[in-house]
Amino acid sequence: MSIFIDEKTPVLVQGITGRIGSFHAKEMIDYGTNVVAGVTPGKGGMTHLGKPVFNTVQEAVEATGAEASIVFVPPAYAGDGIMEAAESGIKYCVSITDGIPTHDMIRVKRYINSAKPEERMILTGPNCAGTISPGRAMMGIMPGHIYMQGKVGLIGRSGTLGYEAASQMKELGIGISTAVGIGGDPINGSSFVEILKHFESDDETQAVLIIGEIGGPQEAEAAEYFQKNMKKPMAAYIAGLTAPTGRQMGHAGAIVNSSGESAADKVEILKDAGIMVSPTPSDMGSTVKKLLKGM
Amino acid sequence: MNIHEYQAKKLLANYGVPIPRGGIAHSATEAIYQTNELGGNKWIVKAQLHSGARGKAGGVKLCNSHQEIAEFCDKFLGNKLVTLQTGPEGKMVSSIYVEEVSNISKELYFSIVLDRATQKVTLVASTEGGMDIEKVAEETPEKIAKIVIDPAVGMQAFQSRQLAFTLDLPNEAVGVASRAVMKCYRAFRDTDANLLEINPLVLTSDNRILAIDAKMTFDTNALYRRPEIFEFRDKTQEDPRETIAAEHDLSYIGLDGNIGCIINGAGLAMATMDMIQHAGGEPANFLDIGGGASSERVATSIELVLSDKNVEAILINIFAGINRCDWVAQGIVDLLNKRDINVPLVVRLSGTNVEKGQKILKDSGKKVITAETLADAAHKVVDAWKSNR
Repeated sequence: MSIFIDEKTPVLVQGITGRIGSFHAKEMIDYGTNVVAGVTPGKGGMTHLGKPVFNTVQEAVEATGAEASIVFVPPAYAGDGIMEAAESGIKYCVSITDGIPTHDMIRVKRYINSAKPEERMILTGPNCAGTISPGRAMMGIMPGHIYMQGKVGLIGRSGTLGYEAASQMKELGIGISTAVGIGGDPINGSSFVEILKHFESDDETQAVLIIGEIGGPQEAEAAEYFQKNMKKPMAAYIAGLTAPTGRQMGHAGAIVNSSGESAADKVEILKDAGIMVSPTPSDMGSTVKKLLKGM
Repeated sequence: MNIHEYQAKKLLANYGVPIPRGGIAHSATEAIYQTNELGGNKWIVKAQLHSGARGKAGGVKLCNSHQEIAEFCDKFLGNKLVTLQTGPEGKMVSSIYVEEVSNISKELYFSIVLDRATQKVTLVASTEGGMDIEKVAEETPEKIAKIVIDPAVGMQAFQSRQLAFTLDLPNEAVGVASRAVMKCYRAFRDTDANLLEINPLVLTSDNRILAIDAKMTFDTNALYRRPEIFEFRDKTQEDPRETIAAEHDLSYIGLDGNIGCIINGAGLAMATMDMIQHAGGEPANFLDIGGGASSERVATSIELVLSDKNVEAILINIFAGINRCDWVAQGIVDLLNKRDINVPLVVRLSGTNVEKGQKILKDSGKKVITAETLADAAHKVVDAWKSNR
């Protein structure tokens, strides 16, 4: 098992005919992802990369049974694309787009959460590298070959830092069940906690590595959840020990505004909860190895 | 994006939020003209710069004569003011806001923020105005009232009343305060603001409510649909290197160290900076080159980092997903063909097309120190920096 996607999951690509959407849709297909269709308003009826293109997500879902969707739509329209996916019965959605206005994301979250919990679409991202279940399926923009299939769940706010962790783990022979990018924006679809719930109940995942950074309450919430609800062991790394307060470090979400949001504070909170914290970013792989040894 | 106090007040006044009368001046003559427009015999003058803590730095003054106004203008206009928030280099003051004096009977605190815990717009108010609100929140949290807004329906009148009733106001002023709060919310909502802070919001002796100070920041991702807000941008308040970076779609923040950093991805950039510090160095900057780093972007980034005279070594760390290592390598070689770099340059490439990239660097015969891993790269750049000093 993996979480969210495997080789059977029928995947839709919103924005499949665009330059970026097209490039990554092809990479996803080459990786073995079951891409069943694309959506580009106004281009319905076309075939692109050998897949049918539809005008609306609704039509695509009805015709192909798509269950997951990856949204490659420019920032001004991305929120709309995500809500269209939610309305059309998509169960899992990945939003790659960087630069979606925060007020749009607040409305998107409200819209998604207005559905009954059991029918609610799970959104990861925006501003993330996507999700990969190595050896099975990839919904994202990551280089697939750096991930080895295995039993560790990986969750990260940063795309490239997630690559760094995956390649360190592969170097040490440690594989990944699913790697989920939750993105660097202040308002994101899913927090660490929401993904941790899925890893905790996934039979295949034996341990979890989370990669956090400065800003926001999500890492502290993850620590609390771990302490109260998780049996599986967890490791973590927090980026931004050298970051000054009050300055936004690239990610819209990476800004230290109040106590508990600095990297040092977060490391303290995670350690107190019994989570093994990697001292430097080059020790992420070895920290997971140590964690697995102790099981 | 930040704006000046006088711009925020103008914006809020357009929504009907009550503010003291005032006018902007770019010279002592204009300032005196504004006092004549306002009338009276005492005025508040406020240096305009993108920073709080201006009062503590002397940038806000009660003046009783035209001479005092002229002296204030001479002292601040065209000069940089250093506050607790600007950093040691300070920020340029190009204008002075001249305001009438208000009869204050009570100072309150009011702000609107995007709360990351609830992921909703949240209004915050307190009877403890004019103070450091973080301190109030820590020491007397019961003195802070919060209202969370449902984004589907927006703020409701009862919510603005709830908030106003927490402020210990005389009954005559509650209605005024709740309407002011609602107007602030509308301004916040309609402009894609990230933050609106009025500290202090005051009750006057004749039971009026006034915004004495106003700070607003806006979501840069939404400026494409807010041209009227974008017009408020003041480049003189930005670090010039950050301005150049923004024009090239790069994310740059200047810091105090000596090791220049060029990295793709904000998280990896922060992690690499941490690693440099762990290896015994200090980063000179944060620079996220982003996805799709073309050769030109790489060259621009190196030039930008070198424009900081404190830079004594450079580390380029690229983990290519969307990026291609060969493009990055080509960008480095192209720049080195055009100009000499007098500081050690360490390059670590990983991910897509890594072999091609490494070959381009090797075949160029240029003086580039290559590294395999993140730790290797950080140690090599710190070692090269130390031995080059």
